[in-house]
Amino acid sequence: MQTYKAPLRDMRFVLHELHDSAALTHLKGLEDVSPELMDSILEEAAKLAEEVLLPTNAVGDEIGCVLENGVVRTPKGFKEAYDTFRTGGWTSLASDPAYGGQGLPESLNKLVEEMICSANLAFSLYPGLTHGAYQAIASHASDELKDRYLPKMVDGTWSGTMCLTEAHCGTDLGMLRTRAVPQTDGSYLVSGSKIFISAGEHDLTENIIHLVLARLPDAPKGTRGISLFLVPKFIPSADGRPGPRNGVVCTALEHKMGIKGSATCQLLFEDATGWLVGEPNKGLATMFTMMNSERLSVGIQGLGAAETSYQSAVAYARDRIQGRSLSGAKSADKAADPIIVHPDVRRMLLTIRAYTEGCRALGGWVARELDEMERSNDPDARKRAEDFTALMTPVVKALFTDLGFEATNIGMQVYGGHGYIRDHGMEQLVRDARISMIYEGTNGIQALDLVGRKLPQGAGRMLRTFFHPVSEFIEKNSAHPVLGEMVKGFSKAFGALQLATGQVASAGMADPEEAGAAATEYLRLFGLVALGFMWARSAVIAVEKLAKPDADAPFYKAKLTTARFYMERILPQVGGLLVAIKAGKGAMMEMDEAAF
Amino acid sequence: MKIIVPVKRVVDYNVKVRVKSDGSGIETAGVKMSMNPFDEIAVEEAVRLKEKGVATEIIAVSMGVAQCAETIRTALAMGADRGILVESDADLQPLAVAKLLKAIVDQEQPQLVILGKQAIDDDMSATGQMLAALLGWAQGTFASKINIEGDTATVTREVDGGLETVDLKLPAIVTTDLRLNEPRYASLPNIMKARKKPIANMKPADLGVDVTPRLTVIKVSEPPKRKAGQKVGSVAELVSKLRTEAKVI
Repeated sequence: MQTYKAPLRDMRFVLHELHDSAALTHLKGLEDVSPELMDSILEEAAKLAEEVLLPTNAVGDEIGCVLENGVVRTPKGFKEAYDTFRTGGWTSLASDPAYGGQGLPESLNKLVEEMICSANLAFSLYPGLTHGAYQAIASHASDELKDRYLPKMVDGTWSGTMCLTEAHCGTDLGMLRTRAVPQTDGSYLVSGSKIFISAGEHDLTENIIHLVLARLPDAPKGTRGISLFLVPKFIPSADGRPGPRNGVVCTALEHKMGIKGSATCQLLFEDATGWLVGEPNKGLATMFTMMNSERLSVGIQGLGAAETSYQSAVAYARDRIQGRSLSGAKSADKAADPIIVHPDVRRMLLTIRAYTEGCRALGGWVARELDEMERSNDPDARKRAEDFTALMTPVVKALFTDLGFEATNIGMQVYGGHGYIRDHGMEQLVRDARISMIYEGTNGIQALDLVGRKLPQGAGRMLRTFFHPVSEFIEKNSAHPVLGEMVKGFSKAFGALQLATGQVASAGMADPEEAGAAATEYLRLFGLVALGFMWARSAVIAVEKLAKPDADAPFYKAKLTTARFYMERILPQVGGLLVAIKAGKGAMMEMDEAAF
Repeated sequence: MKIIVPVKRVVDYNVKVRVKSDGSGIETAGVKMSMNPFDEIAVEEAVRLKEKGVATEIIAVSMGVAQCAETIRTALAMGADRGILVESDADLQPLAVAKLLKAIVDQEQPQLVILGKQAIDDDMSATGQMLAALLGWAQGTFASKINIEGDTATVTREVDGGLETVDLKLPAIVTTDLRLNEPRYASLPNIMKARKKPIANMKPADLGVDVTPRLTVIKVSEPPKRKAGQKVGSVAELVSKLRTEAKVI
């Protein structure tokens, strides 16, 4: 059985101590959002995740979704859990009060999302997709569409989807074929088939609002000829209730490795009535407006799965007795020692913990900047936050999901054979986490986004939003009385990032394939340094807190020790990455294609 | 009808409590604190009575350190209308709490006070009964069902060996047992609204109550560690050990 209690203490650390939540009240619309309010929301969300969502996780994986006569049934318990979630108002957390939302900050929302992902990753897709669709509609649709659809999407009685992928095109949406034909009444008839549509059809909500990418008859070829349409499953009647069934059906459910409780559908649109969202031929830009927030959310899926794997692995490592400690028996009264006494088991547990707490801290920073970007009264601050979040988006998406998957794999390893069999749910976490590296732009695409788009922007303008605070921190803390050595080590890793950045920029300028060849290693190097920054900052706070008698001393001591582990055992990987980046594209491009 | 629900801030039921090294009590520094689970049931029952139209106002009362305000907020998020915090750093014992509650009842004139049957920290199970005695009101303790008709509360009580149903003339005291209801999750909009609901702050002296402790804690200690079990080879050996060693048969 999976073990999960929301890591509230660490969440409070990230929210309040690391990223100064008290200052959020200076932002527009957050004047009344006090740290105490956020704490009480986190506590109640934790209860819901632990008591309502977690119990549906294993059973959802076991049963999966079923398609019968065009109707998809979600696993047993999902509907009840969703109703509890919806009636509790949780679908409305980060939405605009104008449409019934609670208007709470992303800094808080992303922590609640993490809990939901930890408790049941498959379940998280349903409200997650709805919120994504909500954001696109809220930003670009006409007032008429907004008024008709948003209140019900915010309160969760209706859900949303994002219909992009077709059988022949995923990454390269310029090739998509779904068509939209204008009608005299201003609506459109949408026809085509889509695959991989999360929450495309299910029994949790009374209506499903599809956002569909399609081509107008006179559209130019490629990505500049794609428009976005709102296509409801049931066309709302004048009183706002779901009316006639629209021409969209689920033709099949994808059979997949994990997140089996999430209905991943093939959808067929046949003369389905839809309405244009945003401008014609600007569909991609319209759909990707909220990409930074969406991609951070997918990153958090990796983090969420890793947290559950960690807690489960710790519980097992304490409980499982096997063999003796290398330094002599630790539990002499028992037949053997618990496996947590072994250095290698501790290596595994600390690796996951260094990942989860590091990612939580970094995700918290990006979420905080999303709040600045959307709500600051200072235009310069908004611009800087926009640059920072754009830069960090590919990093957090790819890093969190790569590390999250690795973490679930390590968690399974702690269990030995008992992790590989299904009974303990450890292999489920591995399978569930795996998709996050693929969807919402594969991690390879994220790396290309980082080196191809984000690095060159404004001659490194985006990059400076990360490099400057790091340099300032190093300057301020290089002579830190307790952490001087740690900061020195971190500073060396930062040096490696600067070298790698120079290398990628100059080699990539001359030959784009060089940038492509370095992209994945460069993103990892960047991500490890970003986590290192979070760990170094966390360590500084921990030392300050430990200087005074504090009831939370064990928490800060563990923080400090985990920071040390990260700096000593994980961050040095940047050295190897730098060597690989410097090697260039040679070997991989020289290989004769026929020889593969 | 007005209902008062006293709510106590206690060590969270998930926390494994540890005895302080000097044996003076249990360790509460840095420990997660929550509303006493029986009090949650009391709040839930009051909210249900309000939803049925029986109650018109619910007042959540807590006593103790300033952080008890957070416990009141939890009750407000579940549906209570306003709060009263009696702030004191003293060790508040059941009689003192009952006297403070009596003073509040005298001011507020509720028809019903619903309390948890006991708090999970010291398991005293005394405050409700003491309050009933001080007020001279009827009491229905360990309730698993409450029904209000006119000026009568019909309370089903969980007693040793079964259920007992009593009719109480209002105003009355009811204390809740585990099976009375299952408390709801506070909804997000209600958590937000709870921040705006008023909490009155007072001190024991404002209510004219002397809260000086009357009970002295001599020593708090961990229960003895469970001894390792034994494997027996036969039924005969088991019977013999039960007779000669355990002396239970």
